[in-house]
Amino acid sequence: MKTSKKEKLSLFKKMLTVRAFEQKAGELFQQNLIPGFIHLSIGQEASSIGTCSVLRTDDYVASTHRGHGHMIGKGADPRMMFAELFGKTTGYCKGKGGSMHIADFSVGILGANGVVGGGFPIMIGAGLSIKLRKTDQVGVVFFGDGAANRGTFHEACNMAAILKLPIIFLCENNLYASTTPSEYTLAGGSVAGRAGGYGIPGHAVDGNDILEVRNVVEKAVARARKGKGPSIVENMTYRYRGHFEGDPQKYRSTDEIDTHRKTSDPIERFKKHLQKEGILTTELEDKIKKDVTKLIGEAVQFGQDAPLPRPEDALEDLFVNP
Amino acid sequence: MSNREISCSTALREALEEEMERDDTIFIIGEDLVAHGGIFGQFEGLPERFPGRVIDSPISETCIVGSGVGAALTGMRPIVDMHFADFVTTGMDEIANQMAKIRYMFGGQAKVPMVLWAPDGGGLSAAAQHSQSLESWFVHIPGLKVVAPSEPSDVKGLIKAAIRDDDPVIFFQHKRLFAQTGHVPEDEYIIPIGSAAVKRPGKDITILTYSRMTYLCLEAAEQLAKEEIDVEIVDLRTLKPLDFALIAESVKKTYNVLIVHEACLTGGFGGEIAARIGEELFDYLDAPVMRIGAKDVPIPFSPVMEDFVLPKVSDVVEGVKKVLNR
Ligand SMILES: Cc1ncc(C[n+]2csc(CCOP(=O)(O)OP(=O)(O)O)c2C)c(N)n1
Ligand SMILES: [Mg+2]
Repeated sequence: MKTSKKEKLSLFKKMLTVRAFEQKAGELFQQNLIPGFIHLSIGQEASSIGTCSVLRTDDYVASTHRGHGHMIGKGADPRMMFAELFGKTTGYCKGKGGSMHIADFSVGILGANGVVGGGFPIMIGAGLSIKLRKTDQVGVVFFGDGAANRGTFHEACNMAAILKLPIIFLCENNLYASTTPSEYTLAGGSVAGRAGGYGIPGHAVDGNDILEVRNVVEKAVARARKGKGPSIVENMTYRYRGHFEGDPQKYRSTDEIDTHRKTSDPIERFKKHLQKEGILTTELEDKIKKDVTKLIGEAVQFGQDAPLPRPEDALEDLFVNP
Repeated sequence: MSNREISCSTALREALEEEMERDDTIFIIGEDLVAHGGIFGQFEGLPERFPGRVIDSPISETCIVGSGVGAALTGMRPIVDMHFADFVTTGMDEIANQMAKIRYMFGGQAKVPMVLWAPDGGGLSAAAQHSQSLESWFVHIPGLKVVAPSEPSDVKGLIKAAIRDDDPVIFFQHKRLFAQTGHVPEDEYIIPIGSAAVKRPGKDITILTYSRMTYLCLEAAEQLAKEEIDVEIVDLRTLKPLDFALIAESVKKTYNVLIVHEACLTGGFGGEIAARIGEELFDYLDAPVMRIGAKDVPIPFSPVMEDFVLPKVSDVVEGVKKVLNR
């Protein structure tokens, strides 16, 4: 697919926004200002932003515990995201969800998920609903290499295939599920390769190349919109931070992380591309970075200034008709 | 006798090491066990000590639980690690329809000697899907034994009993008690499943509790002692089979009962105990049995709301006064 200069710059800015958001979130977590657990996707920005960039606002996304990038990619407001991470009333979930259960239903995000592989069956329902309502929306269910081993993955692929649902199974294969390498857990060695068993297309993608991600996902989306059914896309990528913030990471070496960062950082790679094409000058880069820093700074401020919930607010939102 | 104090985590690990040493049919299966000794470090050292007997699984809970059932049926004594108790939902058929029923359904031909180890409970801002206390689901399924210890010595004695038991045992350990320390004897001992313990003798009221709430109740009892209210605390330790004899003994002494658990109130295990006390010990009651549990909502993320939802020391203090009409 063609990507205009303007679009490319906007993609670049969004990737930087995700990274800045998460770097800040990591810092705030370390300062004990964010409670609970947070899982950062630093290093995976081409996958989240590239994928979401070919979706419409009315398309659906089921996200994961590592979902900040999906949120920002789909158009969520970083201010309300930070407010949620801080557990404030003006957060997306009024402080009930936190990072692991964040969502913005107004832009089609059907929820992050604390249960690995919990998104598959829900997306089957969204796909079915699209079909029954006869719209041309599509749904993307993000999942990790680890989630590909849940039984829900198999049930969903099979069901999406036989019902020809407009779904993209979007694997972000970052080589690990918590401490366990996918090399050990993933029989057959490839998530995309499993597509053959369901008779649907499967694409393994250089998930740190945002333009390639866009190309492949765009094809899968076009196919789904035409009613031709689901696809599996496997974005090969890597996370630089631990599984969760505070993870001692005994399962891999710093060398391994550095190598990935040096050779295949999605932002650096895209930046080189933009420079080569003469789209990105140093001045423009500085300006974009400044804008992003400002945006994230304001978002953090908004979150910090936001009011805490009242304890009794815990009793709200359980039922529509209590 | 030494006074050594160890944590619940260490107590668990020590017990497993001793048991695995003694019986080589015991193995542990679950996610992320080998590299870190479990996500809470609860099995640290065991993967190296018993190579091949601590097995990393893919994120496939259905098969993690199922593999325990199948291995138990065929001569092994599996320990299945549920990662977080919340994820029992993803292996629920294997628990409720297979593990619990196989022996009975097949007329006692087979046995299922396995332990399902499930770290549960809130208080870590882990929100709705990582904070639950689900024990009442399992006491409702005939064929399962359910254990929920509080202090380290109970953890050690009960996990040993659970491993040696020929029936399936759901073993809950509260996440916020891993670091809790307490005296644990060096010599070998076992605490039989189905035995409760008086953790604080008293004469005015019986508090029936288990897991982390035991500590909360002990704190409340100290406060109440200052107001001349003498609380007896019975730590149930095992929910099924229930040590009703000890409960009865305590009630016949105090005539007043408060039940405290972290699980939400409606449908919680407290209702079951209260009903039984009503049925069997009505004549010994000076006041209606009261219950304290979490509020009937999922556990919210934000600490202000989570604190509000979970039972607090002050709730227990008030609850006691309410029962005693003080
Ligand atoms: C059903 C279930 N099992 C286990 C977990 C604990 N857990 C949370 S994230 C995770 C690893 C997920 O790995 P992957 O799917 O590759 O996603 P990644 O974290 O790499 O983005 C595990 C085991 C969970 N949340 N849900
Ligand atoms: Mg992964």
